[in-house]
Amino acid sequence: MLDRRLVQNFDWVLLLLLLLLAAISILNLYSATYATRDVGGSQVFFKQIYWFLIGFFVFLLMTTFNYYALERLAYPAYILMVALLVLVLLLGKVTSGSQRWLSLGPVSFQPSELAKIAMVIVLAKFFSEKRGHQGYRLRDLWQPLLLIAAPSVLILKEPDLGTALLLIVVCFSMILFVKVYWKSLVVLLLSALCVAPFIWLNLKSYQRMRILTFLRPDMDPFGAGYHINQSKIAIGSGLLWGKGFLNGTQTRLHFLPEQHTDFALSVLAEEWGFIGSVILLLIYLFLILWGLNIAKVSKDRFGSIMAVGVVALIFWQVVINVGMVTGLLPVVGIPLLLFSYGGSSLISTMAGMGLLMNISMRRFMFQ
Amino acid sequence: MRTSDFDPISIEVFARQLSKLTLFILLVFAILILRFWFLQIVNGSMYRAKSENNRIHLKDIPPFRGIILDRNGETLVDNRPSYDLYVVPEEVQNREQLLNRLNGLAELDPGAAEQKFDDISSRYPFRPICIKRDLSRNELALVETNRFNLPGVMIKVTPLRHYINGNFAAHLVGYLGEISEDQLKSGKYSDSKPGDLIGKSGMEWKWQPHLNGVRGGEQVEVDATGRKIRVMARKPPVPGANVCLTIDKGLQKVAEKALVGKNGSIVAIDPRNGEILALASSPSFDPNLFVGGIDKASWERIAFSSEFPLQNRALSGQYPPGSVFKIIVALAGLQEGIIDPKEEFVCHGVYYLGRRGYRCWKKWGHGKVNLHKALVESCDVYFYEMGKRLGVDKIAEYARRFGFGTVTGFDAVHEKAGLIPTRDWKLKRFGVPWQGGETLSTAIGQSFVLVTPIQMATFISAVFNGGIIYRPHATKWVGEKKAEKVFKFKPATAGRAEINTEHLERVKKALIGVVNEPHGTGGKAKLKDITVAGKTGTAQVVTLEKEKVFENEEEIPFQYRDHAWFVAVAPAERPRIAVATVIEHGGHGGSAAAPVAGQLISAYLEEPRKLIADDS
Repeated sequence: MLDRRLVQNFDWVLLLLLLLLAAISILNLYSATYATRDVGGSQVFFKQIYWFLIGFFVFLLMTTFNYYALERLAYPAYILMVALLVLVLLLGKVTSGSQRWLSLGPVSFQPSELAKIAMVIVLAKFFSEKRGHQGYRLRDLWQPLLLIAAPSVLILKEPDLGTALLLIVVCFSMILFVKVYWKSLVVLLLSALCVAPFIWLNLKSYQRMRILTFLRPDMDPFGAGYHINQSKIAIGSGLLWGKGFLNGTQTRLHFLPEQHTDFALSVLAEEWGFIGSVILLLIYLFLILWGLNIAKVSKDRFGSIMAVGVVALIFWQVVINVGMVTGLLPVVGIPLLLFSYGGSSLISTMAGMGLLMNISMRRFMFQ
Repeated sequence: MRTSDFDPISIEVFARQLSKLTLFILLVFAILILRFWFLQIVNGSMYRAKSENNRIHLKDIPPFRGIILDRNGETLVDNRPSYDLYVVPEEVQNREQLLNRLNGLAELDPGAAEQKFDDISSRYPFRPICIKRDLSRNELALVETNRFNLPGVMIKVTPLRHYINGNFAAHLVGYLGEISEDQLKSGKYSDSKPGDLIGKSGMEWKWQPHLNGVRGGEQVEVDATGRKIRVMARKPPVPGANVCLTIDKGLQKVAEKALVGKNGSIVAIDPRNGEILALASSPSFDPNLFVGGIDKASWERIAFSSEFPLQNRALSGQYPPGSVFKIIVALAGLQEGIIDPKEEFVCHGVYYLGRRGYRCWKKWGHGKVNLHKALVESCDVYFYEMGKRLGVDKIAEYARRFGFGTVTGFDAVHEKAGLIPTRDWKLKRFGVPWQGGETLSTAIGQSFVLVTPIQMATFISAVFNGGIIYRPHATKWVGEKKAEKVFKFKPATAGRAEINTEHLERVKKALIGVVNEPHGTGGKAKLKDITVAGKTGTAQVVTLEKEKVFENEEEIPFQYRDHAWFVAVAPAERPRIAVATVIEHGGHGGSAAAPVAGQLISAYLEEPRKLIADDS
């Protein structure tokens, strides 16, 4: 129930940050698809507005219940998520060689998006109940490691290397946050190093090639390498003030790959320059720090860890995408959250934001 | 208190962890902002210059498709350059004028070109549009000499499949076609893009992954006129593997020549290992027509012809075997012990089963016949009797032993299995029990029996090689050079027809008689120095009615004339070639098909050519 205190505690800053990002995203998408507006480009633009509307609805929906309820739902949600990931491997649509989408009547979605949120909740549940006051030892961690392994392996099978890696990185961020003993950490790292060559030897040659070009795009000058080159030209040519709205030549002339999805940031950087890019980055930074603050003021472990999980989700997606378009990190298909075109990831992000809002709103309530 | 509420220690730990985390996040964002500083401020002017002059294109380099050779290393299919006319829309000042000029120089479809311009130019102004593929020499010369007058025009050279001898072995070699949407989605053609040509039939289809090679590419910087300035990166294409076939070019030519103007098929194989020496199907088509997109008229002419030139009759043409099937009945009878080779039977030209008479092809009868004479002169009455003694199910069992009723495995996708009837089959198929008279016509290869030419060639090979059913194949090796083969053929058997040697020998002797004895039906296949053995077959297209009406063969309308069969091997003592020939509506096997088989054997064995050197 939304009583008066909840309204008083409504986190206006968080909502404002989201609205700001949505506005910039739509503006940028308008520019990115401007050249193709006669051939379906404007459709993309309007679709994204609808997605944001649906996203905000999901966001509000996630604030209507007390997040304590999620403690009870954590494991059932996890099981449902794993079941959906298995289902997608059995029945999923195959598009360009990978199986990521599940159709439910007219709606199709990616179960791997659901996996991100479900993992955050289930790990928060686990670590809030099992306490390691000064940190966890290896023997405390086998359960969460198994919990992480199942969806990661299933997503790798699709194959969706990017999302699987993101999931693993986010989960390990959470584990590091709840604190692990130094010795355990070293053992964990060493065992990972020992297993790696074994896995490598068992991969098929095309799988190895995929990982190698993932790590070194210049090995593939006609796919990823080309994209990175064009993206760097787009960003760099923005200079301090940018070429101006709708004036990005890289964008106009379609040198940018995937310019409304994975490389949407390059469009902004070209048209708004260093100033625009830094402002966007600072908005993200502010959003992330605000999320950490919510974790800090939350009155229980579950809420706090969950908030950190959502923050990790935002942080890593931003870092991976920005790193990718600027040529710092390998090319993976991770869109810039709340900014790139795409419904499935937007909905799951907004659900995560709703969780954050939920925790924030109930920070002063005692039961 | 809930289990997840904070205790004082947790609060302290969390606070410490959160400040560490904040520090880490600030650090990472600092790096990201520095990266933007580096790209946009430090190196910004360099990137700005690049973006203003961005003419970096990706260019595909298609791989050379592997060459197809015959068994002696003669090239059957290779690649030739195709000069394609392209226009870069961004560099065209006056589209209409340019298209008009081009139309004067090369024959093109202005409507289609306009359409392409409209589709592509607004979105990808720098992407070259293909206006016409495969310019003739004349057109190429005209365009090249007028280049100064044609801004934005460029000529690209791409390899094009070239079937050197036109419709030579078209069914075996196959043809190329544009990859379909479904094939692209299937993931089996990972290196292919829309518009690519892939093998659609025959060897081009079978060895597609090997023949295709791997696409290469170039990152090219071009100037404002679309001319290449420099190559920034290059990945060389990997040419496809070559495929060496087992067919003999010379023999194949003889086979195709024999079929000119007729519908039918010839299959020649090596009875010692199943290698296909020649495989012809008539009418044929020219696979060159399919390269680079077939025009509508030609496609309709080929695809909808009543004579089905695209059908490979050797694999999927199903015909009644006629009297050739008597070999099966003879072997089955001997093996089952129900035929005594010495037993004589009198043929009066008609055989009575109940009240109905079944006629022999020889109106006045063969007189006294034993097994040898019955095969040599192809007496129907003798085999009616043997068929009756065996029963249809025994006949079917032996036919299956020799590979009839199932695909040979040469090309499981396009091959037909034929049909060997049994009692159960008829009951299931028609719901009517088997009739005794149908056993009689089955015994002479009529009723429901259907076979394909490749089955016939495999069968006659087995009779002469001791009963081994080799799986026919047409590939000697696939690979870069002969030295490093990807695949080298080893003879594969699909089974063995267990027949005692003495029975096989007896039948072989009779089959030699068919060609070499005075009254043999296959005398027209006889050669001077080589012993040919064989069997004629005349497969009725329409039973009964025509016999009553037409006395003379020439009077029978073409579509009702019988299919002529001849199967043969040579030299009979140690066979090196087996031939199955079917001429649709050719009339009698002995007159229409036997001479063709004789020509083929003569060409392969008598003429002193290099293929004999291969036989060591």
